[in-house]
Amino acid sequence: MSKVGFALALLLWSTGCKATTWVVGATEKTKHIKEAIALAQPGDTLIIKPGIYREGNLILQKPLIIKGEDYPVLDGENQFEIFTIHADNVVLTGLKFINTGIASINDLAAIKLLESSRVKITNNKFENTFFGIYLANSSHVWIEENELRANAESEHQIGNGIHLWKCNHITIHKNKVKGHRDGIYFEFVTNSLITQNHSEGNMRYGLHFMFSHNDEYRDNTFANNGAGVAVMYTKAVTMVRNTFIHNWGSSAYGLLLKDIRDSEISNNAFVENSVGIFMEGSSRNNIRQNKFYQNGYALRLQASCDDNRITRNNFQQNTFDLVTNGSLVLNTIEANYWDRYEGYDLNKDKTGDVPYRPISIYGTIVERMPQAILLWRSFLVLLLDKAEKAMPVLTPENLMDTSPAMLPYDFN
Amino acid sequence: MVRIIKYVFYDLLRTRFILFYTAFLLVCTFAFFQLDGDFGKVVLSLLNIMLMAVPLVSVVFSTIHFFNSYEFIELMLAQPVNRKSVFLSEYLAVASSLSLAFVAGVGLPFLLYGAWQPVATLMVTGVFLTWVFVSLAFFASVLTRDKAKAIGVALLFWFYFSLIYDGLLLWVIYTFSDYPLEKLTLSLIALNPIDLARIVMILQLDISALMGYTGAFYKNFFGSNLGILFSVSLLLLWIVLPMILAMRIFNKKDL
Repeated sequence: MSKVGFALALLLWSTGCKATTWVVGATEKTKHIKEAIALAQPGDTLIIKPGIYREGNLILQKPLIIKGEDYPVLDGENQFEIFTIHADNVVLTGLKFINTGIASINDLAAIKLLESSRVKITNNKFENTFFGIYLANSSHVWIEENELRANAESEHQIGNGIHLWKCNHITIHKNKVKGHRDGIYFEFVTNSLITQNHSEGNMRYGLHFMFSHNDEYRDNTFANNGAGVAVMYTKAVTMVRNTFIHNWGSSAYGLLLKDIRDSEISNNAFVENSVGIFMEGSSRNNIRQNKFYQNGYALRLQASCDDNRITRNNFQQNTFDLVTNGSLVLNTIEANYWDRYEGYDLNKDKTGDVPYRPISIYGTIVERMPQAILLWRSFLVLLLDKAEKAMPVLTPENLMDTSPAMLPYDFN
Repeated sequence: MVRIIKYVFYDLLRTRFILFYTAFLLVCTFAFFQLDGDFGKVVLSLLNIMLMAVPLVSVVFSTIHFFNSYEFIELMLAQPVNRKSVFLSEYLAVASSLSLAFVAGVGLPFLLYGAWQPVATLMVTGVFLTWVFVSLAFFASVLTRDKAKAIGVALLFWFYFSLIYDGLLLWVIYTFSDYPLEKLTLSLIALNPIDLARIVMILQLDISALMGYTGAFYKNFFGSNLGILFSVSLLLLWIVLPMILAMRIFNKKDL
């Protein structure tokens, strides 16, 4: 009994306390990462010295802490996936990944995480990788302060920056993604948090988001992406304090909401997008305290949306504030600030006394006949708008803000 | 001919209208810069001015000038000068002084604040519009001897091209909206100098992204060398055709 107890204590002591540190480098005893991974016991630490490591595909199946010193370069030589991880409790930090392979059947990634949990991927750099960080069927992963850069020329030659499929409890914090297909890709990812990321210049979406319930993204910046940000087929998403800037193009949206329910979109800024928010088939969402500034269309609210509340937003200097494709009004639009509002406020309660109809006649005409945009900025259009303002005929009469704010809200 | 042009030029300067026009454009452009430092916005506001005011001023001023210098023209024709050169010098003097005013009035502020590519297009289209409407005004002037009638006809030209035509176009688009209209609207737009100038200008600015498929189609066309050649030659046609017509009438007219 005591012998067994002693052996057990010894075992616990040796595995629990005596985690070894392995140093990998050209001048060290262990020259290859592969070798170190094979030698290391679960829980050991690998320190990678600066240098270039061309070791093909590294497969990691035990919990290790892998730290880079001065960003050692792991080169995929344009043909390999670099790290394939199938283990819990892994830490990867301070590494630089370059040149993964490009394949159309396998999703080659710089770091691929399969069915793992409690993994930390922090402070890494990625250059010219097909997929940057790829998570499948994983949970409780922390991805922080990574920098991903790619310069692909067409969509089929590049994968997503941070790609998540069927995961839960993931935190993505302070990453920078540039030049991938989708900056951040979420499919079947629940209960996760995306904060303070910067996704810019991606070919398709800055953030692509599907079937991912109960997630929250806040304080992110999505700029100059091919088609902006798409959030689809999801319920209970919270989007707070994000910036959507200059997603400009004939099919680009600041934020595309398709079949979104019970979500909260507040305190975001939509600046210079060809469409600020495009909503389709979405219901019971709360859109409040957002800033719409210099967009082509600030809000395109399709008639398939219902029970949305659009309140206390600032609409300034947009070409069209609001367009819709039907006359049925099922949404609440209230207490917004519209810079085109020309009403008055007799009792000085900072709320306009006459309702504001945000839909301009020309917006309606263009929505019905897209070719009519040709006459945009002509004298005729100017006259039509003025006439319709005075006496609404074509625009849905009930679509109005009954208590428009006289002054823009200060959200800062 | 050069001498007559010189006299007409002096005469134009004496009325001071050209100077007022330049000053008006200068003040407008500076004011837009004061209101909004963004070049894109300034160009858009100037576009509105260009599409409205430039044709109107050109058309009215040219007609009035033609009738005011009727006696001068009669005097000139009493000399051994042929009618063609008298008419051409009148035309060239008026058109060039108006376009000079436009270039100076809009261009100077941009030179001060820094020039920019769409501004060049704005200038060129503005000058083209000026010439087109001076041509139309001269055409209106030779049609009749009555000054008021001529001004009426000239204004009608302006009214037609800046308002009625667009209304008709909108009606066409509305009626045939079930059909692919890109090519048809392209040709219809090209038949109106103001619309043509507007489209060429708008495609220079990034508003064109709003225009969706239609915009992309137009951008493809007008962005190509062929498109530029096409729009320039159409505008030239709009300048030359009314002018030649007017000249022919003038040559045969009993003054």
